[in-house]
Amino acid sequence: MRGTSRLPTWVELLLLPGLNLVSAAMIAGLVVVLIGEDPIAAVSLLVYGAFGYGEAVGYTLFYTTNFVLTGLAVALAFHAGHFNIGGEGQAYLGGLGSTLVALHWGHLPSVLAIPLAVAGAALFGGAWALVPGWLYAKRGSHVVITTIMMNFVAAALMTYLVVNVLIKPGQQIPETDIFATTVWLPPLAPLLAPLGLDLGRAPANLCSILALLCCLGFWLFVWRSRPGYELRVVGRSEAAAIYAGIAPARVTMLAMTLSGALAGLLAVNEILGSQHRLVLGFTGGYGFVGIAVALMGRNHPLGILLAALLFGALYQGGSELAFDMPKISRDMIVVIQGLVILFAGALEHLFRAPLEALFLRPTVER
Amino acid sequence: MDGLWLQSLLLADSTVRLATPLVFCALAGLLSERAGIVNIALEGKMLGGAFAAASAAAVSGSAWVGLLAGIGFACALALVLGFATITHRGEQVVSGVAINIVVAGLGPTLADAWFGQAGRIPLPGGARFAPIDLPGAVELAGVPVLGPFYAEVVSGHNLLVYLAVLAVPTIAWIVAKTRFGLRLRAVGENPEAVDTAGVRVEGMRYRALLLAGVLCGLAGAYLSIAQNAGFIRDMTAGKGFLALAALIFGKWRPVPAVLACLLFAFADAAQVRLQGTPLPLVGTVPTQAIQALPYLLTILLLAGFVGRAVAPRSLGRPYVKDR
Amino acid sequence: MPAPAVELRGITKRFGPVLANDRVDLLVEAGTIHGIVGENGAGKSTLMNILYGYYRADAGTVAIDGEPRRIGRPIDAIRAGIGMVHQHFMLVEPFTVLENMLLGAEGGPLLASGVARLRASLARLGREHGLEVDPDARVGDLPVGLQQRVEILKALCRGARVLILDEPTGVLTPQEADELFAILAGLRAQGRTVVLITHKLREVMAATDRVSVMRGGRMVAHRRTSETSREELAELMVGRKVQMRPDRRPARPGRPVLEVRGLEVADDRGVPRVKSVTFEVRAGEIVGIAGVAGNGQSELLEAIAGIRAPTRGEIRIDGRSVGGSAEGRPRGFGHVPEDRLRMGLVPDLPACENAVLGYHRRPDYVTSGLLRRRRIVEICSGWLERYDIRPRAPMLPAIAFSGGNQQKLVVARELEHDPELLLVGQPTRGVDIGAIEFIHGRLLAMRDAGKAVLLVSVELDEILALADRILVMFDGRIVGELPAERAEERRIGLLMAGIAAEAA
Repeated sequence: MRGTSRLPTWVELLLLPGLNLVSAAMIAGLVVVLIGEDPIAAVSLLVYGAFGYGEAVGYTLFYTTNFVLTGLAVALAFHAGHFNIGGEGQAYLGGLGSTLVALHWGHLPSVLAIPLAVAGAALFGGAWALVPGWLYAKRGSHVVITTIMMNFVAAALMTYLVVNVLIKPGQQIPETDIFATTVWLPPLAPLLAPLGLDLGRAPANLCSILALLCCLGFWLFVWRSRPGYELRVVGRSEAAAIYAGIAPARVTMLAMTLSGALAGLLAVNEILGSQHRLVLGFTGGYGFVGIAVALMGRNHPLGILLAALLFGALYQGGSELAFDMPKISRDMIVVIQGLVILFAGALEHLFRAPLEALFLRPTVER
Repeated sequence: MDGLWLQSLLLADSTVRLATPLVFCALAGLLSERAGIVNIALEGKMLGGAFAAASAAAVSGSAWVGLLAGIGFACALALVLGFATITHRGEQVVSGVAINIVVAGLGPTLADAWFGQAGRIPLPGGARFAPIDLPGAVELAGVPVLGPFYAEVVSGHNLLVYLAVLAVPTIAWIVAKTRFGLRLRAVGENPEAVDTAGVRVEGMRYRALLLAGVLCGLAGAYLSIAQNAGFIRDMTAGKGFLALAALIFGKWRPVPAVLACLLFAFADAAQVRLQGTPLPLVGTVPTQAIQALPYLLTILLLAGFVGRAVAPRSLGRPYVKDR
Repeated sequence: MPAPAVELRGITKRFGPVLANDRVDLLVEAGTIHGIVGENGAGKSTLMNILYGYYRADAGTVAIDGEPRRIGRPIDAIRAGIGMVHQHFMLVEPFTVLENMLLGAEGGPLLASGVARLRASLARLGREHGLEVDPDARVGDLPVGLQQRVEILKALCRGARVLILDEPTGVLTPQEADELFAILAGLRAQGRTVVLITHKLREVMAATDRVSVMRGGRMVAHRRTSETSREELAELMVGRKVQMRPDRRPARPGRPVLEVRGLEVADDRGVPRVKSVTFEVRAGEIVGIAGVAGNGQSELLEAIAGIRAPTRGEIRIDGRSVGGSAEGRPRGFGHVPEDRLRMGLVPDLPACENAVLGYHRRPDYVTSGLLRRRRIVEICSGWLERYDIRPRAPMLPAIAFSGGNQQKLVVARELEHDPELLLVGQPTRGVDIGAIEFIHGRLLAMRDAGKAVLLVSVELDEILALADRILVMFDGRIVGELPAERAEERRIGLLMAGIAAEAA
């Protein structure tokens, strides 16, 4: 985590993640060979699919936005010392929050309806994450296990609600009625068209700007605000926090709630920005990708932006790739994501130790 | 009355079936966590074992080859976990999550590429472990009460179920009564003490992880080539986490942990039977609510009854000599 | 003359940028008690851990009984007949004494056979050396003195002919320390060799035959104990003349600042650790609490600091009743906690962020919810200068500072916020002599400025040097109170052992 590192910033935020990424890519390449495809050809197809033309860029941007939000969510909990792997469920519930707003207050003008729907997403996502936070603070329940369990519960709950309660009357497909256009987030395409970038029918929308604002807010909150300071103290030493008069229980609950709220904002991009209705399984595993993004981005918004862009490109390019090379399914992206977590998270000392030996002169005086 | 008894027997029977992978995994978790390594990767190792077992069984046509492959792959994953957490002192939870996600993607990817069945590996009957009728099951079936119990609940499971039953006392005995067990328990509490007593900490932890890998492989093989006919994506469905919760609920001791597994399995078995059946007082409960039951139960158990359980003292801490 | 029991030549060991041992030579004659003295961080423990195979030397040779040996792991040392009692005991607390003895010496894949064999040798060793201990007791339940005994037995059971003890008396009363030295003398009489690491010169003079002095990772002198003095050793350790006791003027106690009445405190497991304790600390005095570690001092300090809720009793600071709330800090008292790395600092955060820990809600540091980063760095830089904390790098993580500099940072933070009452726990644990002198001077200056100071320390010397009044704690109770001028070591030692509470 940044702040503990003594490496130069560019090494910490670029070189180290770069090395981790290359290692992950090599193993992934091995898997591609194992499947019987040419990894070099696969990479070039992937890059073209992600950046080769305007619409591709638009999709890449859209996925990147998802990963920035879920990455920030994981990172915030990390700073408080917790591993929130429940982003998937929290985002799902976020979808419920914005849907309820959209269905009930869709008649309001956009300036009211959209902020309300965004708040609904954050509120529901935050509340869903507060449960594990509260259970940890009060009962000591392991956050990793409870957040995973809450994912399963969220899936069951949402299936029930969509199939039995919120479904568009008189149809069989499990999804709600389409929302009033007042809650639709404006697309980015008209904004970027004057710059000569044609995003085509890509769903990139104003939520991308919201995600950037979240990055800025994240940085201010974690490194500059008083509650952010308390959060970092609790995350690194609970004993020191108690000594300093900080209540770890309160801070944990705050951190989990904010983390869940960030994950919940995924629904803004997916539901308000793209689908314009609640569909089953709209979270599509993005919550889990957030783990890889946060680890690779070293829990810093700048790093998270870069890592999210990488995964956004992988997702978009990967779907194109799956189309051109049928043997490579989209599950391949999940493999890469796991490998990135392995190299950037679990095996971070593999490259860190040699780099520290390379870049650090003795600073300790005795 | 007879019907109710038979219903109970069937419930007990499916409890045993559903408990088997949980028991293997909980014992695997016990071995690694008593050695000081958090094993979030139970889920992934089990899924990996299921995938490898199904692949090998499908290709070779032999359940035994499948079993070996399942164990082998789970052990390989255990070595990766060890390389990250023991050799490179990586964060243990993160390492486990990494393995879970890699396997979740790798299984369907390879299955798709090799078998072309949309991420599934179907198996013919010959490549699976068949139910074994214990001696006397048919003869005793007529004996009232006990006969059906013997025939339904005790007899008629596949080999791996009986192996799980055997594994419980065996692992408990190893942990309590052997040199390996003593060192295992010590290394999870105070690795420095083990090191200064002249025993290699890293070696002990690797061995614990490998043994856990064998058990996870058994659990996975059970899922794909014994209980079910083949591999499907995400077929573990959180069972690794349930086993981990059972382990915590059992306070890292074998018998209580296994009892907790039986409780989870019972909830799962009941869940299947309850679907669509109206309950007294409540009426028909939505399917989804019943499906969520095992997960809710896990959360409740972790929160309500365990409180802050006393974990092995060095659990989750990489072994670093001071400085 | 027989071959030396231990002969180290040119031992060198580096930890990252720190040279912990620099071409160290050491010769220990068989059948002697050999002391190794030096300041914290001089490299004594590192050297002995190399001899024991726990650390691996970068260079140098080891010979045992005249024979060159390669010792790469503890098992090599154990086979060579070396045993070590570490400063932090290497015991598995939930295990019984017997299980702890078995570990690494099981005698076969099953435990059953080894158990019988060990029981017998445990009984024999206990009789021979006066080291009786219940083999079926859970080690975690034993008092530290007995845990140390288990450690010694562990080494002897494995046939140690050379026994290394690292700071063994830190957890003992002076009388218990004397008992330990008697046991060591008994071992010497049997022809075994003892290496005693310590920083307490009294013990070196009382118990050893020879002594080696280390400073800054080097071996600087070897002496026969009979031919040296405490003063000479102290000078060799520090490299300059040291003042053994700080100068001090008589105290002028004023109004009571801290009043504690009938306080009872339980530990995390609910076991009562502080039992109806009553005392007060007045403005302008230092009250020292002496006692062997684990007699309730830590819990007492934490309760007063608002970290641990008392089960009964009253704490008043400046006449206001406090206690039980987690919002403990900004109430006009400072607290230098016993364990700075666990509690007093957040090791991974930079020095400047540690400089406001616990005071981060003050308006000086926050405007509209945001930390005043520049001001905080400025203030911290000022302290680094005035307290001579090195390196002068406010952005460096606290963990990157040495123990003495870390402690000075904590002391700076707690003193500079100008408290009326200062709670101090083990202020000089793991701190070099230069920093000790500095910190002691600061505490006396606080007292002279009319502040109330409560000092908890297991170092009796420290209490004697600083306190105006001494309270002795034993088993959660205050068993004696002595004014500084009437305090003498023997009497306090007896009180610390719970003996003669009435007589004293």
